Amino acid sequence: MRRKAFKAALPYTLPVFMGYLFLGIAFGVLLSSKGYHAGWALLMSTTIYAGSMQFVAIDLLTSPFNLINALIVTLTVNARHLFYGLSMLDKFKISGKLKPYMIFSLTDETYSLLCSTEPPEGINKKWFMFFVAILDQSYWILGGLIGNIAGTVFTFDPTGIDFAMTALFIVIFVEQWEGTKHHIPALLGLGITVICLVVFGTENFIIFSMIGIFLCLTLLRSRLETDNLKVKEETA
Amino acid sequence: MILTTSQALLTIAVIAAATILTRVLPFVIFPGGKKTPKFITYLGTVLPFAIIGMLIIYCFKSVSVIVRPHGIPELIAGVFVVAIHKWKHNLLLSIGGGTLLYMILVQAIF
Repeated sequence: MRRKAFKAALPYTLPVFMGYLFLGIAFGVLLSSKGYHAGWALLMSTTIYAGSMQFVAIDLLTSPFNLINALIVTLTVNARHLFYGLSMLDKFKISGKLKPYMIFSLTDETYSLLCSTEPPEGINKKWFMFFVAILDQSYWILGGLIGNIAGTVFTFDPTGIDFAMTALFIVIFVEQWEGTKHHIPALLGLGITVICLVVFGTENFIIFSMIGIFLCLTLLRSRLETDNLKVKEETA
Repeated sequence: MILTTSQALLTIAVIAAATILTRVLPFVIFPGGKKTPKFITYLGTVLPFAIIGMLIIYCFKSVSVIVRPHGIPELIAGVFVVAIHKWKHNLLLSIGGGTLLYMILVQAIF
């Protein structure tokens, strides 16, 4: 049963394999350029396991020691996970003893995979979701190690390699955009954040953006929910 | 490394714990068995779209349109990623290609 679920999950994770391998390599190279060897890459990818946060973590590891700052930055950068969890409340009900790992490993990419895929007929859903999650993390760890070791063996200028993260978010944005007819939430996210960046500056804008997005989505609920209902009627 | 080993370990431990907190909290607040409030379900459906938009802007936060090179490398590479992804839908091509292009732009051209 587990073997079958593993074999079924593998092809679905291939896009993440590509993305995570490259992104992981970028992370590993950048980390090694700051003097942190492969053991650190392994530790971070195993325990933190959050793509964008690990890039931000490199900043934190190269700034003066400040745990409170690390805590606040992590909570703001990762606050979006709250919303991923909210959309997985029902889906993870079947996960049983695998549930703690499913929650721990809920990254942007695993989240979008689990949202968009259903296991094929006759495949155990609980194990299918678990293998999607754990395969994704193994790609991420592998990429980080390869990049870190390559970074110590070859010397090359990694300037700009962190654009991999930007590219990944743009790709997810394009995929989401194509997957729905209703673009107001996506446009709100872009617009409000730009405004907050200009008004509040680079230090504090994320938290204000989140409040702004939350308020706007709350105020527009009746409108956006009608839109969603329309979608359901059209597809039905 | 400007941090000592134990300072770096502590920093990583705090980041890991805070990350887990953001992932666990919804499941603690709305434990299984209870019905999830409708408002929360609604947020769960619309927020992912808005949050990815926010993250893109977050990535561009250090770009200045006033100071040279005026964000032109970011604009070129960003448009490239959108275009090639709409065309091919190949994750490696979009992310790998976009990143290589950006690295060439910032290292060799601008």
